[in-house]
Amino acid sequence: MSTVAEATKGDLTAEEKAHLSDRAKGERNLGWRLAGPAFIIMLLVTLYPICYAIYLSLFNYRLTDPAGRKMVWLQNYLTALSDPLFWQAFTTTLIIVVVTLVFELVIGMAIAMVMHRVVWPRRTLRTIVLIPYSIVTVVSGFSWLYAAQVGTGFFDHWLHAITFGGFPMDYNWFGGRWSSLAIICASEIWKTTPFMSLLLLAGLAQVDSAQEEAAKVDGATWWQRFTKVILPNMKAALMVALLFRTLDAVRIYDNPYVMTGGANKTETLSMLVGTETVSRVEIGMGSALAVILFIIVLLIALIFVKLFKVDLTTSGRS
Amino acid sequence: METNVSTKTKNGLGVASIVIMIWTVIPLLWIIATSLKSTAALGDPSQNTFGNFWPKHITWDNYQLIFSGGASDLFLPALWHSIIVCVVSTVISVILATFCAYAISRLNFPGKKLILTTALAVSFFPTIAMVTPLFNLWRQIGLFDTIPGLIIPYLALTLPLSIWILSAFFQQIPWEMEQAAQVDGATSWQAFVKVVAPLAAPGVFTTAIIAFFTAWNDFVFSSNLTAQSAQTVPAALSFFTGASQFVQPTGAICAAAVVVTIPVVILVLVFQKRIVAGLTSGAVKG
Repeated sequence: MSTVAEATKGDLTAEEKAHLSDRAKGERNLGWRLAGPAFIIMLLVTLYPICYAIYLSLFNYRLTDPAGRKMVWLQNYLTALSDPLFWQAFTTTLIIVVVTLVFELVIGMAIAMVMHRVVWPRRTLRTIVLIPYSIVTVVSGFSWLYAAQVGTGFFDHWLHAITFGGFPMDYNWFGGRWSSLAIICASEIWKTTPFMSLLLLAGLAQVDSAQEEAAKVDGATWWQRFTKVILPNMKAALMVALLFRTLDAVRIYDNPYVMTGGANKTETLSMLVGTETVSRVEIGMGSALAVILFIIVLLIALIFVKLFKVDLTTSGRS
Repeated sequence: METNVSTKTKNGLGVASIVIMIWTVIPLLWIIATSLKSTAALGDPSQNTFGNFWPKHITWDNYQLIFSGGASDLFLPALWHSIIVCVVSTVISVILATFCAYAISRLNFPGKKLILTTALAVSFFPTIAMVTPLFNLWRQIGLFDTIPGLIIPYLALTLPLSIWILSAFFQQIPWEMEQAAQVDGATSWQAFVKVVAPLAAPGVFTTAIIAFFTAWNDFVFSSNLTAQSAQTVPAALSFFTGASQFVQPTGAICAAAVVVTIPVVILVLVFQKRIVAGLTSGAVKG
């Protein structure tokens, strides 16, 4: 609109110019009057708590002892970063993020390729694949918990049958750190891969099939076509999907909370913030951990946007 | 391209799809199966088929337990809280977001990009980071364990999402049709009712479903900012206790889980196409 106004500026009289800018001003006002409330409320409910958390993190403050509240500057951060419990939660979260991302990318890509190509049962597949997405995370957590648990579960029975009795019937998945994490990751992968494959499918749809056909005619193998034609052409969609999932995986909370409650060193960063705040009512320390988690998320987003040049605002805008 | 796919590939893809569908459905079937088992059958493989999967004798005891039995005074209020909190926060954010998205897609004003970028950034906040300050504040001003005390943080989940998805939807609407209708002699009101509203309604509706579902799914806020009188279903599930401390409430939890899951699954499956469009609109050019 502004370009049109500028292009015709030469032909306008002074009066008309004033009129135009009045209209632009009116539009600007109306725009902010319509968009303003949503924007302000969004900032109030999100930015305000974060700022308040930064402020609280500078205090040694227990909810049960308000009189003992004392400004300690960055002491909480130093304590947190030198605490082995923090690094344990950090490692657990990192393992979950990396493992789930790798599997989700590979399986998600495979599902997306099948959904893209399949003739029958095309519609049914695209519908059924949404089921994991539509299940409440806590519910899927319980489903996997009961499936793996000794006694109520069926995992051990099925593995026992598949391996012709090689797998023990009473294997306790929640008895150790690695087996617990395996179940946590598996349920997380099951829950979020469909979303991943939908994002990738939207990217696949943009790949020019003529280019693929040309590569085929030139004698490229299936793998060459996949790595040289398909992947580079859907790089943008791939990166956005990766960023979305990474940021989502970093805040994992529901699944491990339901399945292990943090036992066997499976506590994640989000769970650590929760226990520090609610169970131990250490508001200062809890806030410091919250701010650290917030900074981690910011850093990841920054790395993606700067290093991989993921542009989120122009995609989707026409 | 699909016309010259060989029969062999076609069959291969069909088989692959069936494998994917089975993998997708098993955990849902499993929770339904567990909810239909009697307490005795839970840990007894001889009363189940398919390797301890499906019960030989179906019982509705668990559903009775959560709707009229011992677990009902925990489950029914939680279900009610979930419905109120999710509906109210969805309605508020969809109304606000509709104005906002309309302005972004139709009017020219500075700061559009700022609003969209903020909405996107905010939707990736680690929600737990908001829990600590809110926990402290809510305790002080008496909002802890209340319905409004849950609706406010839920807006942080639903509002950015609604702004983002609705803006994407509205940008695809051919708004010129409104003027075209007016040129053809329709009044502003007629143009709005007959042209604009039908064009915008599907987007608003889809956004409402996605926002509602996001709120319905929340566990972080409800498990940390409520105790009893505002607890939602996901939080209540994790605090279910059995008849005695030696009895695990497995069956009751599964029955409650099925009750809160099935309506949402049906809703998502029925509106599958639009929801996929809404979910991917922000990420990939649509």
